[in-house]
Amino acid sequence: MSDLDEIVQLVTIAGERHIHPDFSTYVDDVDMADIRKLYEDMVVVRRLDAEATALQRQGQLGLWAPLLGQEAAQIGSARALEADDFAFPSYREHAVAYCRGVQLKELMPFWRGTSLSGWDPNKYNMATPAIIIGAQTLHAAGYGMGVNFDGANSAVITYFGDGATSQGDVAEAMGFAASFAAPVVFFCQNNQWAISEPVTLQTKAQISHRGHGYGMPTVRVDGNDVLAVLAVTRAALELAREGGGPTFIEAVTYRRGPHTTSDDPTRYRTAEDEAEWIRRDPIERIRLLLESAGALSEGDVKAIGDHADAAAAELRRGCLELEDPPAMSIFDDAYAEPHSLIDAERREYAAYLDTLDA
Amino acid sequence: MSAAAPARVPLGKAVNAGLRKALADDDKVILMGEDIGKLGGVFRITDGLQAEFGDKRVIDTPLAESGIIGTAVGLAFRGYRPVCEIQFDGFIYPAFDQIVSQVAKLHHRTAGAVKMPITIRVPFGGGIGAVEHHSESPEGYFAATAGLRVVSCSNAADAYTMIQQAIASDDPVLFFEPKRRYWEKGEADFAALDAAEAYPLHKARVVRPGTDVTLLVYGPLVTTGLQAAKVAAEEGRSIEVVDLRSISPLDMDTIADSVRRTGRLVIAHEAPVFMGVGAEIAARVSTECFYHLEAPIRRVGGFAIPYPPAKLEQHFLPDVDRILDAVDHTFTD
Ligand SMILES: Cc1ncc(C[n+]2csc(CCOP(=O)(O)OP(=O)(O)O)c2C)c(N)n1
Repeated sequence: MSDLDEIVQLVTIAGERHIHPDFSTYVDDVDMADIRKLYEDMVVVRRLDAEATALQRQGQLGLWAPLLGQEAAQIGSARALEADDFAFPSYREHAVAYCRGVQLKELMPFWRGTSLSGWDPNKYNMATPAIIIGAQTLHAAGYGMGVNFDGANSAVITYFGDGATSQGDVAEAMGFAASFAAPVVFFCQNNQWAISEPVTLQTKAQISHRGHGYGMPTVRVDGNDVLAVLAVTRAALELAREGGGPTFIEAVTYRRGPHTTSDDPTRYRTAEDEAEWIRRDPIERIRLLLESAGALSEGDVKAIGDHADAAAAELRRGCLELEDPPAMSIFDDAYAEPHSLIDAERREYAAYLDTLDA
Repeated sequence: MSAAAPARVPLGKAVNAGLRKALADDDKVILMGEDIGKLGGVFRITDGLQAEFGDKRVIDTPLAESGIIGTAVGLAFRGYRPVCEIQFDGFIYPAFDQIVSQVAKLHHRTAGAVKMPITIRVPFGGGIGAVEHHSESPEGYFAATAGLRVVSCSNAADAYTMIQQAIASDDPVLFFEPKRRYWEKGEADFAALDAAEAYPLHKARVVRPGTDVTLLVYGPLVTTGLQAAKVAAEEGRSIEVVDLRSISPLDMDTIADSVRRTGRLVIAHEAPVFMGVGAEIAARVSTECFYHLEAPIRRVGGFAIPYPPAKLEQHFLPDVDRILDAVDHTFTD
């Protein structure tokens, strides 16, 4: 694949198309209507993210991890997936979940604290949020090994941050995936920060070099360019399906909001830095591209805005409709089969709750 | 001595003051962890310390728990006294291998030639409405590992002195901080508190005398235990509340002494009861105090389930009612 340090870009921040010798062909079939779809996806998930952040501020969610600024990295990569591919995310991949078809109301229970999950991973071929940094990359490697053992030709993608690349688990995942030629795309969203720690604290080299050390092809892509992300992810997935093993993608992007709604980024980064990345906004450049091609009418903008508002309303409704689960449900699903200790504790706690009612 | 009442400070601020004192007293003390520098830690417990002592003493580490503890081992070899912050209880497991296989064993393995004066600070426990992995009580795993000392503070004055005592210890200490009590204020006169003279790190303390039943608690549940004792007193029952403070080693003298006086024992902790810290204490008390016990020992704690989602955590965490229910049982069993 491409040179280690080169950054793949297909659309400039001014909305102009670039030809890339290796990757443009992967999006040859993508016409203006498709690009408008990608634009719509990004507008909708940005709106959803804002709504969820507002819900947290209003006390309806315990926490939220905003994805503002990372729309292109998530939409571009997730729209490259086939239905039978499997995604192992961290906790910020709401846009990926959206693309996988996860119901909006299913995004909320985890953050509202009514459930530890929210959706059935097998239904959408996407695991629920992984909080332990990097853990999911090993699961992806193992899933990919299973795909190979089955002789199947689906692929796996795992999402993680720049900070996660410091974890042993991520190193081990890359080792396994490379050694067993597992069909895994390691998709690192280098959003420049791990809470307060800059990416330079995690590595002196470029993040993309991490994969190179394990003998896998690596690509560094402009993570705010949805078309470029789509192209490089398609290329990596295709290589994986053809038995070419894992690829490491570094999507260079920026987390524009706080790490989570509990974070205070003013303590560690500058307004200039933030302003610079507003300039590189992933949605704006696609808007410019579409407009200059005459592919975005005022009517389109209005329709997309309405769609986004409707989605946000649905998200809010889904959140507010979530009731606290019944107390005794805490004993459900700790084990798949009956367990005498759980049975005893369930009985005892039920009896205790009865005494409170009495 | 001034006659003014000692200042009331939040527990978290007391840990901060204790760390500041330890850094000032010994230049071999260094702090390391994720986000502890500019941000001051996600709970702000290290707030201002990097600005004061520089980034060679207060070190933001890469995002790697095994790395934090493993490099602390190397620093200890080199004569440093690392104080590592694990951001949340549930994130200690990536470092578990280094802690139990290396930190705990190196002194023994080297026949005493190498010391591991490493303090591992862990904000632990639930009750803050967090997402998964942010509310756990893993102290039992570490107490089950020989070579480690395990303590938990419950109030501002103890937090200030105990953290300094932990850092001064030549053994590795797991220092569990009750995160939901970080903002709870207590009396702590830092100018008057001297860690070397203070109540010993490994002694339990009777925090409220009583005559009818002993309630043994530590960390976040000390406050809950004191509330329970207050309610019980209104109903005419006298609970003696003992703050365990040290989980390993156990101060069996203070515990047994209390149980011999009251004849009854309830142990409460947030970690699951099954195979937990309370089980060990109950077994020892039943051996040492068998003929003084008026009733079976009762334990109150988490269930044998993964920590539940935030909206259900009140069922998992021992509260005043569940503690009093257990107390009642010791009179009716
Ligand atoms: C093992 C572990 N250690 C620490 C944390 C606390 N934590 C949550 S997110 C985070 C920063 C992650 O940064 P990065 O991997 O770059 O991903 P980003 O959040 O920027 O997307 C930290 C330290 C955790 N969840 N798991």
